Amino acid sequence: MLKKNCTLELDGNREELTVILRGEIDHYTAAWVRSEIDASISELRPKRTVFVLSEIDFMDSSGIGLIMGRYAKMQNIGGTLAVRDPSDRVERIFKLAGLERIIELEKGEKNNEN
Amino acid sequence: MRTNLEKEKNRFSGAVINEMRIKLPSLSVNESVARSVVAAFCAQLDPSACEVADIKCAVSEAVTNCIVHAYKDSVGIIYITVKLCEGRTVRVEIRDRGRGIENVRLARQPLYTTDAENERSGMGFTVMESFCDRVRVNSQCKKGTTVTLYKLLKNRE
Repeated sequence: MLKKNCTLELDGNREELTVILRGEIDHYTAAWVRSEIDASISELRPKRTVFVLSEIDFMDSSGIGLIMGRYAKMQNIGGTLAVRDPSDRVERIFKLAGLERIIELEKGEKNNEN
Repeated sequence: MRTNLEKEKNRFSGAVINEMRIKLPSLSVNESVARSVVAAFCAQLDPSACEVADIKCAVSEAVTNCIVHAYKDSVGIIYITVKLCEGRTVRVEIRDRGRGIENVRLARQPLYTTDAENERSGMGFTVMESFCDRVRVNSQCKKGTTVTLYKLLKNRE
């Protein structure tokens, strides 16, 4: 197995699933995290899933597909999805696809300069 | 019309100062290899952190297209040429000998995708266009596609 430049931390209960992604999101890493996250959503069926993206160093349009896909999955089980603390750069990519109009963007107290 | 087109071309036609060619098999793991190597080569022009991030992202999109679309059911070779030119211009050419794009104009539309089941968002060309100064696409069915990314770097004090 080849090394992935991305780590995934999942923590949750029936109320809320927190997905912390660190490193790089591209087509390669998105395919892997997607199946892990989906397994957690199917198992827990949380009311809300929150993606914490403050420690993402790189993201391309694969990130849009990843968030859109999980958004659809959460809708299917009657839940919601939010993205927490994206860098300006990540937010800019989301906005290219108009993602900010359908998902909740949470900005915490942490400022990231990236 | 003609003069505008020529002006546009002239902006990106500076003499080549340095050049790199790389060849990679179309394995998904090479997306990060490609963008990192291109960024490392561009470093000699002293781009800003933002410009490096723009180039990395655009290269990642073009290389992903080769892997996901051009060589959909096979592994082929992706040819990348990076030219650093006079006038602080970076030209990155990403070429494959894959399936080709039937309708380039359509493929470049935001949110257009032929691979929705694998969660491709259809935003690849849109990202390339918004992070580069010019994107040229040349494609021939069953012969392959060449995407050329042009990035003009700002002058550094």
